[in-house]
This record gives sequence, C-alpha cells and structure tokens, in this order.
Amino acid sequence: MKKIIALLLVLCMSFALLAGCGGSTESAAPESSAPESSAPESSAPEAGDKVVKIGVFEPATGDSASGGKKEMLGMQYANSITPTVEVGGETYTVELVYADNGSTTDKAPSAASQLVGENVAIVLGSYGSGVSIAGGPIFDDAGLPALGVTCTNPNVTAGNDYYFRICFLDNFQADVLANFAMDKFDAQVAYCLGENGNEYDQGLIAFFEQVFTAAGGTVIKDSFPQNNSDFSTYLNKAKSEGADVIFTPVSIAYATQILSQAASLGIEAPFLGSDTLDDNMVLEAIKGTDIELYVSTFYQEGGDPDFDAGIKEYINSSADILAANGGNDTISAVTAMGYDAYYVALEAMKLAGSVEPADIKAAMWDVTYTGVSGDIAFEEVNGDAIRDTAFIKTANTADGTWTLETVQTGSGQ
Amino acid sequence: MLEKKSKKGSVIALVCILVILGGVILLENVSMFMENVPEVLRPTSQLFTVLKKGAVYSLVAVSMNLLNGFTGLFSLGQAGFMLLGAYTYAILTVPMASKDQVYYLFGGSAVKFSLPDLFAGVLGAEGVGGAVSMVLGVLIAMILAGLVAAFFAWLIGMPVLRLKSDYLAIATLGFAEILRAIFQWQRLGPITNGANMIKNFPTFSSFNIENSAGETVLRLSTFVPFLVAALCIAIIVLLINSSYGRAFKAIREDEIAAEAMGINLSKHKQLSFCISSFFAGVGGALFAMYSANAQAKGFNSTLTYEILLIVVIGGIGSISGSVIATFAYVACSEWWLRFLDTPTTFQSESSRTMFIAALAVAGIAITALLLLRARKKKGGTGMMAAACIPAVVFVGYDIYYAMSGAMEVPFLRTGFRMVVFSVIIMIVVLFFRNGLMGTREISDLFKPKAKKEAAK
Amino acid sequence: MEYAISILLSGISVGGQYALIAIGYTMVYGILRLINFAHGDVFMVAGLMGIYFTSWLTSVMSPGAAVLCSLLLVIVMTVLLGFIIERVAYKPLRSAPRMSVMISAIGVSYLLQNTATYITGGQPMTYPSIPFLFDTVTVAGNNIKWAVLLTPVLVIILVLALTQLINRTKVGMAMRAVAKDFETSRLMGIKINSVISVTFVIGSALAAVGSILYFTNYQSIVPTAGAMPGLKAFVAAVFGGIGSVPGAVIGAFIIGICETIIKGLPSAWDVSVFSDAFTFALLIVILVFKPTGLFGEKATDKV
Repeated sequence: MKKIIALLLVLCMSFALLAGCGGSTESAAPESSAPESSAPESSAPEAGDKVVKIGVFEPATGDSASGGKKEMLGMQYANSITPTVEVGGETYTVELVYADNGSTTDKAPSAASQLVGENVAIVLGSYGSGVSIAGGPIFDDAGLPALGVTCTNPNVTAGNDYYFRICFLDNFQADVLANFAMDKFDAQVAYCLGENGNEYDQGLIAFFEQVFTAAGGTVIKDSFPQNNSDFSTYLNKAKSEGADVIFTPVSIAYATQILSQAASLGIEAPFLGSDTLDDNMVLEAIKGTDIELYVSTFYQEGGDPDFDAGIKEYINSSADILAANGGNDTISAVTAMGYDAYYVALEAMKLAGSVEPADIKAAMWDVTYTGVSGDIAFEEVNGDAIRDTAFIKTANTADGTWTLETVQTGSGQ
Repeated sequence: MLEKKSKKGSVIALVCILVILGGVILLENVSMFMENVPEVLRPTSQLFTVLKKGAVYSLVAVSMNLLNGFTGLFSLGQAGFMLLGAYTYAILTVPMASKDQVYYLFGGSAVKFSLPDLFAGVLGAEGVGGAVSMVLGVLIAMILAGLVAAFFAWLIGMPVLRLKSDYLAIATLGFAEILRAIFQWQRLGPITNGANMIKNFPTFSSFNIENSAGETVLRLSTFVPFLVAALCIAIIVLLINSSYGRAFKAIREDEIAAEAMGINLSKHKQLSFCISSFFAGVGGALFAMYSANAQAKGFNSTLTYEILLIVVIGGIGSISGSVIATFAYVACSEWWLRFLDTPTTFQSESSRTMFIAALAVAGIAITALLLLRARKKKGGTGMMAAACIPAVVFVGYDIYYAMSGAMEVPFLRTGFRMVVFSVIIMIVVLFFRNGLMGTREISDLFKPKAKKEAAK
Repeated sequence: MEYAISILLSGISVGGQYALIAIGYTMVYGILRLINFAHGDVFMVAGLMGIYFTSWLTSVMSPGAAVLCSLLLVIVMTVLLGFIIERVAYKPLRSAPRMSVMISAIGVSYLLQNTATYITGGQPMTYPSIPFLFDTVTVAGNNIKWAVLLTPVLVIILVLALTQLINRTKVGMAMRAVAKDFETSRLMGIKINSVISVTFVIGSALAAVGSILYFTNYQSIVPTAGAMPGLKAFVAAVFGGIGSVPGAVIGAFIIGICETIIKGLPSAWDVSVFSDAFTFALLIVILVFKPTGLFGEKATDKV
C-alpha cells in the first residue's frame, strides 16, 4: 500500500515538474530559445512572421567544446547583425537551432537527427571532422544541405552530396605545414603525435608523412590512447630520437596538456600545430614559457579591422560570451569562419530564392561570397571550398597573443 | 492443461508482435498517403530516430539481460561484443565502389570482396535482383557479425567464466577495452580502417523501396530494425523458456544446487555467454546501421553502463521490462528531455509562478516520501533529519529564485539533461531496486492475481 | 640513459598517483566487497574543487595562503563527499545483492561525471599551478616537477602510517574484523556503519591528496579524467591482492612503470597505443592464474 502511495507521489511530483518546465517551453516563442551565450537576445525585429531555421551542429561539451563554442560565437554575432534574410521577395527571421554533438562520434548521429527533426533549412558545422563525418549520412539521408565550417578532413565531403565546406582540406594543411617545417627549420626528423582512434589527428599525420618523407625527411609517428594524460614519456622520446620539429594535430584538451608538459620538460624543438591549436586556451597554457609553437589557420586578427572591432565588442558585451571565448577577447580563426559560414548560408538562400533544403542545396554549388577569411566558392566534385592559402601564426609566449608568421600557399601537389 | 495455456500465450504474443510490426510500417508510411499529417509523423521526426535506436538498444539490453538477469553472470563486456559485430558487418558490406574512398589512408581495403556485391554479381545489381542481393548480403553479414562476437566470447569465456560476480565484470570490461585498442591500431588499418570510421555500407534507409524515378514509395527503415530485433528477442524468449533457460535460472539461483542437480556449470555458462554475445554482435551490426558508421571510439564502457542501466530500470530478469525500459530511456534521452539542454525564458508571470509552485511541491513531496520510508524502517532522528534536507534545499532555492525576479528558467543549459537523467537513475536504483517489472513479464500483469499466487 | 631515467621517473610518479587511488579501492573492497566505481570520479571531483576553491579564495586572500587553504578545503570536502556517497548510495543497499550495490556505484559515477560536465560546461579546466610542487628540478639531465619526486615519498609515508593505523589501533582492529567476517563482527558489538564510514573517509582523503599531485602534474581536468586512473588503480589493487594496502601500492607502482615503458618503446614498433590495453590484459592474466594477487589472503569466497 505504502509503495503505491510512494509511486503516486513520485508520479505527481514528476508531472508537476514537467508541467512547470514543459508549459513554459511550449509557450515560448521561437526566437526565445536563445543560446546560452547570447543571453541579452536583441529581440529580433518583428519584420514578418516567417521564420527560417539554421541548424548549428557544434560541440558544446567534450574535448572540442572550446572550439565549438568559439565557432558558434561567430554565427551568433553574424545573426545579431543580420537577423533577417530577404528570400524570394519575403523577409524571413533567421533562427539558430542548436544541437550539441558532444565532440564524440557516437553522439553526433542523434544530434544530427535532432536537427533534421527540427526542420532546419541548412546546417552549419561542425568543429571537428570526426563528428561531421558521423553526422553526414544523416543529413544525406534527409536531403538536408550541411555547410562544414572548419572540418578539414577530406572524408567529410567525399561521397556525401549534401556536405559542403568553406575551409581548406587536411592534405593541403599538412602540405603547408610540412613545407614550412622544411623551409623554416631545415627539419630532417619530425615527431608526430596524435590521439589513437581520432580520424582528424591520424589523417593529418598521414598526409604530413607523405609530404615530409617525399621531401627527404624522416617521420616518427606515435599515438596515445584516449583520455591519456601523461605525455612526458612521448615528449622525452621525441627528444631522445632527435626530432627537429614536433607535429601535434590534436584537439584542444590534449594540446594544452602536451604543451604545458613540454614546457616543464624544457623541450626545445619547435611545435607545429594544425587549425585546432589556434585557440586562446592553448595560448594560455604556454604563456610565460619558452615553447615555440606554429599553427596553420584560416584567419589572422587584423585581416578585417571592422569585423575585429565588432566581434570584440560583441565578446565583451556579456560575461557569458566572454567565458565562451575562453575569458579574453582574442579572436579565434574559427569565430571568423563561423561568421562567414552564416553569410554563405544566407547567400545560398537568396540565390535559391527559397528556404527549402533541396533548393538551397542545388544553389549551393554556385554560391560565391567574399568573407572576412577570404573568397569562398565551391569546387564541383565534392563541394569543397577553393582555397589556396593558409595563415601560419606563431605564439608570442611573452604576452599570450598570436603573431602572423607567414601566409603560405601549398606546394601544388 | 498447462501446455494448452502456454500455446495460447504464445499465439497471443505472436499476434502482438505482428500488430506492433504492422503498426510500425503504418506509422512510418502515414505521411505517404495522407496530406497534413502532424509534425511528429513526418519521416524526419525524432519519433523515428527514437524507434530505430530503441529497437537496436532493446536487442542489446535483452541480450545483456539473458546473461546478467537469467544466468546471474555479471558481465560488462557488451560494448566489446557490439564492437566486434559492428566492425564485422561494416567490413563485409562496404561496397567495392567506395572501398578506396573509405580506406583512403591505406590504399584500399585488404578485404577484397563485399557481400552485397557478391550476390549482385549473381543476381544482377539492378531492380529486384539488386534488392534481393542487398538483403541477402546484409542478412549474412549480420549473422556473421553475431558469430564473430560469439566466437570471441567463447575464447574469452574459457578462462574468465570461472570468475565470480564483480571479478567477472571487471575482466569483461577490461576485455572490451583491449578490443577497442586493437581495432584502433593503425597497423590493422587495411582491415579495420584504423582510427577512421568505416562508412557507406547499407544502412536502415537502404531498405526504403524506391521507384524508378528515385522517389521513395514504401519506407521500411524503421520496420527493418524492429523486425530483426523482434526476431532475435523471440529466439531469446524461446531459449529462456526451454530446458536450457531453466538451467540458466537454476545457475542464477544457486550454483551448487544446480550442479548437484546435474547441470554442467561451465558448459551452460559458456553457452549463455556465447548466445548473449551473439545477439550483442547482431545488435552491434544494427547499431552500425543506425549510426551509419562504425568507429571503435564509441564502443566504450559508457555504452555498456548505459545498457546496464536500462536493464536495471526495466528489471533484472524481465525481458519485457528491458524492452519497455529501452524505449522509455531512448525517448527520454533523445527526445523528451532535450528541452532541458536549451536555455529558456518564461513567457509569462503565471508560468513562472507555476514553476515555483511545482518546485516547492516537488521538494516537499520528496521529503514526505523519505519520511515515510524512514518511519517504515524505524530510522532514528538522524534519518528523519536527513529526510528533511531536500525540502529545505528546494524551498530555500525556490524562495531565493522567487525573490530574484529573474525570468530565465533556472538550471537549463547544456548538460542539465544528463544530470536530471542520472538523478532519475539513482532514484530507481535506490528506491525501486526491482526496476519497472522486477522479474515479471508483461503477460503476468494480465493474469488474475489468485492464479499467480497459486502458481507460486 | 637519460631517456631511460626519464621513463623510470615518470613511471614512478604515475605509479604513485595510482597507488593513492588504489588504497581507497582496496580498503573499500576488503570491507564491503564492492568495486567502488565512483572512486575515480571522486578523485576527478577533488581536482575540480581544487580549481574552484583556489579561484574563489584568491579573491579574498593572498595567493600563497589561498592555495594552501584551498588544498585543505579540498581534502575536507572530498572526505565529506565520500562520506555522503556511502551514506546515500551504498548504506541503504547493505542487505541487497552485491550486484545492486555495484550498479549503484556505477550510477553515482554517472551522476558525478554528468554533474561535472554541467558545471564546467564540458570545457577542459586548468588546474592551478601550486607553488613549489609545480616548480621543476633537474635530475640526471631531466627536468621534472617537484610533485613527481614527492609522490613516491608521500605514498610510502602514508602507507606506513596507514598500516600502523590498521595494525595498531582499535579502529584498525575493527576494520580487520569487519573485513574478515561482516556478520560475526557485528555480533561482537562492532559498529559496522562507523567502520565503513571511516574506510570511506580514509579512501577519499587519499584520493584528494592523489588528485592534488596528479593534476599538478597533468593540469587539465575533463569530466572523464577520473575514469581511467580509477580503473587502473583498481587493477593495481587486484594485482597486489585485494584487501592488502602494501599490495595495492606495489601493484600500482608496477603498473605505472610498465605502462610508461610501453609508451616509451620505440615508435617504429607502434605499440604505445596498447599502454591501457596492457593494464587490462595483465588484469585478466592475474585473475585467471593467481586470483588472490601478489599479497592477497587465501580466501575461496572472494573470486
């Protein structure tokens, strides 16, 4: 008897809770489901009651959360400047719909199908190639175009009609970095360290090896298991095997650990990093140390002063946004890329003259747009961006900023 | 008399399964022949994601229940066997045409055939022949997936099944971790694709029937996992009701007594372990089809814990409990509780007031519940005082929130869903230890109470 | 040579950190026959508390004092956490089958990880640099942190103290009695619940100390940071013979050193990815061939 009473009580309680929360969500107008970081939602102009949803497929938790949040900032900033879009003579209010892919390939498919279920017109993201590849087939099945922002692995778009991207590819990036290592440091031996089972890390290392060995260098490869935290053994190994450069294309969480451990070990060889390392958490980790770090990336602060000023003001406008950007207003390249991606998506809608996913996808191929990170157009096989330059930045460890080292084009392979 | 009754029972069960399967087909295709169906019945709705994932997970949960609930072997290796199944299926069914692209880092695959393509070579790749060869290829790959998992279970079972309860659990958990490391090894890349995921193999949506113009005429993408899961679960149920099943249960209740009754312990344990792993392997293959990729990274201990918690919620030793719990669990995590992850503001003062009231009621209700328990167990004043903590915390926060005048719904942000979820799980584990169904089955609920007593 | 010494040094430090967690496992298992899956997560939460307390206290007092106070506070709060977990999640299940308690432990671990994800927003958090422990010193050509050197020393001191406690004091005697026979010791008038609480308090305190040393060395904390060290520490406890404190410590050092050696093998062999897998393979081998571990008592009902 008591059990039944208890059960009833629990049921009442949970219903009361659900009614409380559920009631409020149901009554919420579409644009009120604001992201955590744009708390002071500038109430979107009531221009027309038509709404077009853009899906944001980004990691808000997990290893890549830091990068995902910065990429979202770019989109949110763009959305705050341009909250409406004129398509086929009608004004639509753009609503960003978020799905957290948790930085892991096993959560990505369900996050992707959540976006499909929300009937978004186009998807932006994700930061991190693995999750994009995992979510890709879901978008493909649903006939929903997806626009990769900084997912650089070739397999994101290959074999997927609906995935496009605005960034360069890993084989290009690895080529740039390998050549840079050869030219700048005369490197003969490169030590490459990546996470075991991570598609992004291992892909970049494989491409780097191809270019580097073709140019006469030697590559030593190593992988660490997932959730590893002791990197000193690997770094000592790199030292004892006489590495001239250390290439670590790993996610931010690992990069900070590797670099701070290298700093206390006193590793002298310069570090090369891929686009993931362009993050102020990495800068924070090596501030005040003697680590030499070079990363290849999409955008360098100063590339577009108007954008820089605007985004800095936006970042400083609320404590939440500042926290999402890692506590200071250093502009990450991924933020600029997220900003550009938003406008490319709007451009595609305008060109399609419709907000139907199928029409947008068809129009995508012909979109050209000049963003803050450069000109964006799509090649016609896989829908990859046509890009031939990468910025190489070096970390200024004295004051924790990035300095532009060089703008490099690929060796044309 | 008894036989007749069980026959009647199985007929009813069969009819129920057929009705469910028919219902799924209907549900899935409603949008085809009806205009203006509600949003939830559109093919893109989360409903179908939940149904697909639920079907896959229920098979894995039932397979785990066979081992943990019916044989009393506490194994935590389910993710490892799913991994074996998923990779076997994926490796064997990637079409020849996309092998080079999928295995792009390794210059193509070492497995120079693909089952659906083999059949297509005989039956033709177009039209009905193509469809039949795809189905055959997928079917055989799925069975092989189960067999590979069962074979590894047999190998590992020989030494570890001698271990008892928690030692067995930790050994199987370790085994799953070892498998994961091996499958991610770059040296095995030509077979397992190393760190990269295997993709482009036939998935659930490959079963949607299209006409020559490429338009979908009949959706089967939700039906297929239901069919496979229903078939496998039916086999498991038959097994449990056979003499083998009775032997398993005897082992669970008392090993020494079971041995004294002439049950070969090691043989039956081994059998249960292999069968459970077989179905976990098939479940892994289905999981690969559901997520449209196979990558070792996802098959970690968290996946095993998830399945284990489902089994616990449903009731250890109840097949129907596991199935119901799976669908409830998946629906909550993928669909119903998603709103907890999105920050929201109250639209009106009244909904805010309602929320504040609900929170206070919840706090007091929890305390009332705990007090009830404490009195039943004749707990001391310490227990009584502890029971008051939730009410104090909830009401205290409530007053603070009411005073603050904020319009945002408190707590809602990324990650809150999982916190709520784990709290619910802890409540089930602590207060409803037998789960939803205990060791009963859904059919027991319809039996008159008196007869059940008599049967005991 | 320099390289070999560097491997040995980091092996010893890793082993020492596992040892501090393993003691908690082995004591709880010895008494309750429970694999406390949440222990690794308690360790992670202790790390997170270190971050939050330090940043909170630096705003009210001088940095040096803030770090010291926060470390003390971390130990106190972790002990409290361990105590509460035992009272809420394990005590009500005392008469339930062992499997239920273990599931409850898994549930607690799930809850702690998810709460940590919620609170940190899923971002990796950086542990504060503790003065002195974080400073580096050069040993045989290798730069290492003081934390690394200090770990084994601290472990040995703590283990000696702990064995004295178990062998010489009344509480220790009660603990041994409960570990031997739960029911009988209850009949002899031992307050089982307080003995178990003491066990959890000691285990959590050591986990807190371990977290300070571990995260000073590896400064990034993610919600899953405790899972792997926790599992490995458990393996160490099994390896050394579950229930035996010195055994757990020796097991932890062996595992730590083996793991680092595997990581340090030449890259051309490509086996460094198996450093985790090795630990588990070792576990299976031990369980099959010598289930009582190196120093375990001969008891038939345990395995």
